Amino acid sequence: MTVATYILGVVSALVTLAVVVEMLRRRRLRERHAVWWIVAGTLALVIGVFPSTLIWAARLIGVAVPVNLVFFVSAAVLFLVCIQHSSELTALEEKTRLLAETAALQQMRIEQLERHLGSQRHAAQAEVSPAQRRSRDADTSR
Amino acid sequence: MVSSLEKTLVVMPAFNEEETVRAVVLEVFEKLPGISCLVVNDGSTDSTTAEALAGGALVATLPFNLGVGGAMRVGFRYALENGFDNVVQVDADGQHDPDGVRALLERLDSADLVLGARFAGEGDYSVKGPRRWAMVMLSQFLSRTARVKLTDTTSGFRMSGPRAVRLFAEHYPAEYLGDTIESLVIAARAKCVIVQVPVAMRVRAGGRPSHHPLKAAAYLARAVLALLFALVRPPVRLTDTVSST
Repeated sequence: MTVATYILGVVSALVTLAVVVEMLRRRRLRERHAVWWIVAGTLALVIGVFPSTLIWAARLIGVAVPVNLVFFVSAAVLFLVCIQHSSELTALEEKTRLLAETAALQQMRIEQLERHLGSQRHAAQAEVSPAQRRSRDADTSR
Repeated sequence: MVSSLEKTLVVMPAFNEEETVRAVVLEVFEKLPGISCLVVNDGSTDSTTAEALAGGALVATLPFNLGVGGAMRVGFRYALENGFDNVVQVDADGQHDPDGVRALLERLDSADLVLGARFAGEGDYSVKGPRRWAMVMLSQFLSRTARVKLTDTTSGFRMSGPRAVRLFAEHYPAEYLGDTIESLVIAARAKCVIVQVPVAMRVRAGGRPSHHPLKAAAYLARAVLALLFALVRPPVRLTDTVSST
């Protein structure tokens, strides 16, 4: 391994972690969505700094070519992230649906109440006696 | 009979049905005096709401399109919150004859969910080819689940009694075909009694069912998928105490 690839590995792991942490700090990412990315970034950093850990882990599990272990773990992490996103999307869609239903029902209720109120006000105005109306008109003209 | 009609809510899901919805609403009121009618505007971009109001219906307007299942659940929730016992779905395109509602209501004494079936002898509605095979296959499957012979399970013309209304206000599925197929599975597994009544169906005012083989195949695949998912989901329990909503 050349110095350049060593540096590339460490820097890319650090960039990944930095982006995730910065987004967490700015509240652009919630903790539960960040978990998998932090796990992946930390693993990448460990392997980047100590490449021997990858060879050790590959031999431990019985993977002949260590880099295949990297590919396998990457795919697994991406899979978990995707599944988590799909599941949360489903939950969000269900919540949106409930909100849309509630909004439609409440809109209908508001319109009914407004109509009811309008007719009541109308009736109240009709009940005002002519004498009262005259004095009120005088008040407003002043 | 009349008092039952007063306790019945017609729910009409409408998506861009400005041409027919007013006439259908007027026909409902004319043929079924005392009934209440709620048109659920499923995110239409035309004047469906104004047309339905002009016909004298109540109108709930969804902010965006949720599909028939979503629109129906609004109806079930409205029925539950406003003390209606029964909910009957009538299509806004005029395919369902409001006269059939009486036939459905009569059978509701001994059932929780009454389907208006199209192929059960009455009327001249027919579907041919793969789409028909899909419907027959689904019916046979669902008949076994519901423990009663059903011949037309994709019919939208159906009436729900009090127990089914309570069940559906919470659990009516929104997916494509979920409103017809999955809802039957949900009802059957919640121990609702399902029966079917033959009704005459009219030809839709606008649009015709697709007979293209590829589309029919896609329909069959989606129907089978919907059925499979409905069957592997955990069944919903229907509690007999009225839940406070």
